[in-house]
Amino acid sequence: MILYEANGPTISTVSARNGRLFARCVAIHWSLRISLFITCYNDVLFPKTGQAVVTVLERLGHTVEFRPTQTCCGQMHYNSGYHMDALPLMEKFLEDFHDAEVICIPSASCVSTIRDHYPVMAEKSGSKDLIRQVNEILPRVFEFSELLIDKLGVEDTGAYFPHVVTLHCSCHSLRSLGVGDKPERLLRNVKGLTFVPLEDYDQCCGFGGTFAVKNAEVSSAMAADKVKCILNTKAEVCAALDNSCLMQIGGTLGRDHAVTCTMHLAEILASTQSANGGTLA
Amino acid sequence: MSIRVGEAAEAPSFAVASKELLKNDQLRRNVRNATGIIRGKRANVVGETPDWQQLRDAGHAIKEHTLRHLGDYLARFEENCIRAGGKVHWARDADEANAISIELIHRYTPDGKRAEVIKVKSMTTDEIGMNKALVTAGITPYETDLADLIVQLGDDKPSHIVVPALHRNRMEIRELFMRTMKLDELGTSPEDIAGAARVYLREKFLRVPIAISGANFAVAETGSVCVVESEGNGRMCVSLPRVLISVVGIEKIIPTFQDLEVFLQLLSRSATGERMNPYNSIWTGVVPGDGPREFHVILLDNGRTKVLADSASSETLDCIRCGACLNACPVYRQTGGHAYGSIYAGPIGAILTPQLQSMEHSTSLPYASSLCGACYEVCPVKINIPEILIHLREKIVDGQDHHGGMGTDFAEKAGMKVAAWAMSDAANLSTVRAAGRLAQIPFARNGVIHSLPGMLGQWTNTRDMPAIPAESFRQWWARRRQNVVPGGTK
Amino acid sequence: MISDSTARADILLKIRLAAGSHSDALETEYAALPRTYRQQGTSDRAAVLTMFTNRLRDYDAGVYRCNAAEIAETVAAAMDARGKTSLLRTGKLPQEWLPAKFRFFASDVRNANPSRDDLAWFAEVDQSEGVITGCFAAVAFTGTIILRHEDGNGSRALTLIPDYHLCVVLADQIVETVPEGLARLKGFETMPITTISGPSATADIEMTRVKGVHGPRFLDVIIVG
Repeated sequence: MILYEANGPTISTVSARNGRLFARCVAIHWSLRISLFITCYNDVLFPKTGQAVVTVLERLGHTVEFRPTQTCCGQMHYNSGYHMDALPLMEKFLEDFHDAEVICIPSASCVSTIRDHYPVMAEKSGSKDLIRQVNEILPRVFEFSELLIDKLGVEDTGAYFPHVVTLHCSCHSLRSLGVGDKPERLLRNVKGLTFVPLEDYDQCCGFGGTFAVKNAEVSSAMAADKVKCILNTKAEVCAALDNSCLMQIGGTLGRDHAVTCTMHLAEILASTQSANGGTLA
Repeated sequence: MSIRVGEAAEAPSFAVASKELLKNDQLRRNVRNATGIIRGKRANVVGETPDWQQLRDAGHAIKEHTLRHLGDYLARFEENCIRAGGKVHWARDADEANAISIELIHRYTPDGKRAEVIKVKSMTTDEIGMNKALVTAGITPYETDLADLIVQLGDDKPSHIVVPALHRNRMEIRELFMRTMKLDELGTSPEDIAGAARVYLREKFLRVPIAISGANFAVAETGSVCVVESEGNGRMCVSLPRVLISVVGIEKIIPTFQDLEVFLQLLSRSATGERMNPYNSIWTGVVPGDGPREFHVILLDNGRTKVLADSASSETLDCIRCGACLNACPVYRQTGGHAYGSIYAGPIGAILTPQLQSMEHSTSLPYASSLCGACYEVCPVKINIPEILIHLREKIVDGQDHHGGMGTDFAEKAGMKVAAWAMSDAANLSTVRAAGRLAQIPFARNGVIHSLPGMLGQWTNTRDMPAIPAESFRQWWARRRQNVVPGGTK
Repeated sequence: MISDSTARADILLKIRLAAGSHSDALETEYAALPRTYRQQGTSDRAAVLTMFTNRLRDYDAGVYRCNAAEIAETVAAAMDARGKTSLLRTGKLPQEWLPAKFRFFASDVRNANPSRDDLAWFAEVDQSEGVITGCFAAVAFTGTIILRHEDGNGSRALTLIPDYHLCVVLADQIVETVPEGLARLKGFETMPITTISGPSATADIEMTRVKGVHGPRFLDVIIVG
């Protein structure tokens, strides 16, 4: 990857390698100011993911901002039926990011809450102003892999990660966002990385928010199935777009003393030869 | 009023029931094997249908349109059915539908003969607990669908909408048939077992003069009723007896005969993974010289108008009972259908049962889902089941149901309140995080928590939990800003 | 109880309260429903016939192809292959379809004699070796035969109780898609209709498809043309 810092537009030569298909394309884009919505659980439990997002986006020549007033999209409250508590969190998100140019969210399920449920909540509130605000912000909201491929046109992020990696496709990324093979394309372009597909990749890991606690036994049985498929791949790392799934999968792997670990996609893409030499999480 | 869904009101909660079922390895293997096969077949035949999404769109639109004009379409159906020689009855609830059926059966049973009926597989008659009511009234019902027969002979409960005995494997069924049909020997192949059912039931088909059916579709334009099936037991029941009684949920109405072109395609591919199920029977009233001489339709409400009244979830009534959501559901595939405590299992059961009967009987069902969306993806009429599950959770939290006994437990409510406060302001979030750091000290080892008390212990029973790291993202960001040049890029 | 008219009024009132009343808009709304799915096939005749044949074979039905002059000998071949010596037939089945070396009994008895006891007739049909009928239409995409129960298609019991069904399908009765098949029924919607896609089957035991439960366990189809 070659980056030319021009006065305005950044010209990047991107090599896109998708399976057997080799293609080169030249993309011309403006250096963007990208606002990171880290999400509450990444902030508190998985700060490394946020750091990785910043690393990748800056490496691609963009400016990252972090608005410190941000907290939570309201997903847990909404999905659990506490809609009166979710509403102020939606309002807060809309307020915090109302003038953001591009919003990057390293969590498919939070993006899904914003895309699928904010319109419903706004509609139910009856407030025309809220409906307008939601409509205005939605085109600027991107999940991390969507941002890279759809907005920035990048498949090769210049990462180096010499390990065997499999990918768990989180339910929200697959069925709500419809990311398709975007995360896989990003992984296959990482130098040194060996990608192994996951059997039953579209099956839920069993996290499901409060489901994991309310129906802990069923949730654990689902996780056990998922982990069995992951261990069958012999991968060193299981990646995903959602740390919530990875907490479920990683927690089960850890309890089984498995050597396979979990990493958010951003953490793999952040890894370069010069930075950390592609060490495991 | 007695709105009930089978015996769901007496069933234990999903969490309690599923815990027991998860211990039954044989059952889980049977369920997993069966759902895996149907899923594969469905994927094949859906894949070869180029206009599948357009069919789904049409199916959803027709159903939603019908619900919007349900009163008009029901009146049309009634008028056209009567014109063709049928008789139409209306039942507000389970008891009324059963009472009408019993009265009709007694009326048409020849004097001095034992009252008997043959039955086509019907979720609706299961919903109203018809068999129990018939037996109480001295009437013997014979289930004729192979799976329903297995359930009936085994005094078992159905565990799937389309394949009610999917939790039983062939050896269990063989043993059951040998015992209840008093057979000295019976082969072990599925053909042998099906053959035993053929012999057992044929005598009844050719003799019993009254049949009970449900309906997959009732056509307003013509007054026709359609039953979709595979074995031929449906054809036997709707065309051989002198009297046919069809119990039809009011949501089974479709506007026109042409609309069948959409639903027949959607239903078979979704339900059994076949291009078309072996048999569809469509009949209208009474035809001289062919089929029953008396035809009665019982239009059943049993809570459906209540579902219709809530616009946020009324699309539940679009359901054509294909069972695809059960096969796709990773929760159902772990537990099987009995965990749902209702004849309607799986994702559709989790939204239908609590809406039909008063919610206090089934507050656990809307939570029996990880909201993975696999059900919505396969639903042939595009019912947004995850969204409706969330809506029902909201109703439970708000305690909107008038019957009381609602609401979630105190610990959850308190937790949600704390979380809401924490998220209302970044400073609060930092405070709660700091408190969490302190609280985890006794439990965290090398960044991992192996055991926690209380509700979170449900997590750590089987899974590790990451400890809260020393530095949050926002702390890292603040520290970093002090060390880098403005503008962000290094 | 049965004459309880308040139930009807109650239910319709509840529906009106729940869904509102917009009768005026019913027809225009219905006409505007999205029907972007395939309403007509695009394959040529040969492809449609091949598709129909393949679908039937998928269902384990026996399939024969012949031209119009060869129907009787193909019927004979099918019966020979199944070891049949006689079949029931519908009243209006063309005589020239029936090979002389076998016996065929017209058996739509109730049409001819409405007072006759059904049960005795059922028992008679049950003792038969099988039944031969024509059909009303057929759909290639799903391998479906559509029977409209009268005349050459027989009554419902006649094609149901026997263990063997031999069905003669004329090429111009075969359409490609389900909408085209049902459209052929226009004007006859209120006659009893049965669609048959292969022999009766069940997958209730371990999801293993078992051919033949209560309906005919053996289905042969002769495609003419």
